[in-house]
Amino acid sequence: MKNSRRRFLQMAGVSALGLGAKPMLNAFAAGGGEGPDYHVATGEDALTAKQWAMVIDTRKLQTAEDLEPIVEACNKIHNIPTAIQNKNHEIKWIWETHYHNAFTDKTNNFLNEEVAHRPFLLLCNHCENPPCVRACPTQATFKRESDGIVLMDFHRCIGCRFCMAACPFGARSFNFRDPRPFIEENSEEFPTRMKGVVEKCNFCAERLAVGKMPACVEASKGAIAFGDLYDEHSEVRELLKENYTIRRKQTLGTEPSVYYIV
Amino acid sequence: MKDKKKILAGLVVFIAVITFPFWFNMGKAAPAPELELTAEAKAAKSCVMPTEYMKVEHMQLLDVWRHNVVRRGERMFVNTDGKLFNMSLSNTCLDCHSNKEKFCDRCHDYASVRPYCWDCHIDSPKGE
Repeated sequence: MKNSRRRFLQMAGVSALGLGAKPMLNAFAAGGGEGPDYHVATGEDALTAKQWAMVIDTRKLQTAEDLEPIVEACNKIHNIPTAIQNKNHEIKWIWETHYHNAFTDKTNNFLNEEVAHRPFLLLCNHCENPPCVRACPTQATFKRESDGIVLMDFHRCIGCRFCMAACPFGARSFNFRDPRPFIEENSEEFPTRMKGVVEKCNFCAERLAVGKMPACVEASKGAIAFGDLYDEHSEVRELLKENYTIRRKQTLGTEPSVYYIV
Repeated sequence: MKDKKKILAGLVVFIAVITFPFWFNMGKAAPAPELELTAEAKAAKSCVMPTEYMKVEHMQLLDVWRHNVVRRGERMFVNTDGKLFNMSLSNTCLDCHSNKEKFCDRCHDYASVRPYCWDCHIDSPKGE
């Protein structure tokens, strides 16, 4: 008697579970059926390349005053917080430095003085073999297959700063504080960043997408050329053919895409 | 079953305590928020997708936009009617819905969701 009642209750429980599970299964099966009827595409004006590259003619950029408008153009359109006083918290996408800090590989003791005193423009090299991308645990930084730009997806960045440790060029900056109060000239079209993410130059991916050249190239009055490294007839390839160029820390094998004519 | 009374009393107290939030707040439900459309949004009649779809799925759509723009450089959105849009939160969505406080925020506050879009994306592209 006792046993049979227990048995009855067990069966009833299992049946109830089965009946309850059926509508749930139906609900799951129904989900993800027909997707919405839209599609996304690259803009018609977008500039494309296999690997974007930059050639900076440092002969045309002799003084700090020559570099200023170039750096400013970038700072303005990308909402760079330039008012941060603490050097350790500084954010920079493109900046100026001395020859000795830029080209640490070159070990000649006695250099052409004119070159050694020239200011050099530094920015992310958009390496063909980027060590920062390998270091990123969330794929927040990635090398875009379509055009070789090393990009940041700020939404994914968790602020671990592995990429900063991995980058041999110091091209990355970390937002130690909320950058918004330190932005001097606001650009309404580009987002700011938030506290706790890493940022760097994006080769103006947002401008290339609408058919514009990068801001620094436009502001350089011809001193900076930009184009496809793997298109034989591109402006950068023509310049590379005709001029002797150097790159930063070539021995590391990251294959930087920014070339300097000295 | 010697403690029948104690058990019953305990049960009553337990149920009273557990259901406290329900009967305490009975009849005090906050009214569903009323969204205000800007003149521009009203004139457009339909968002990038039909209103019903946008109400339910705008977050999924924004996620698709984010992924395609940031990671694949695809910025053009072609909707069901074949209309083109630039996929941009600040420059397309907020161009029409320029009253974020009366549109986005009202519903988000009501539903107690706190999207962190505005930590980076500028919420008044026209400087309103």
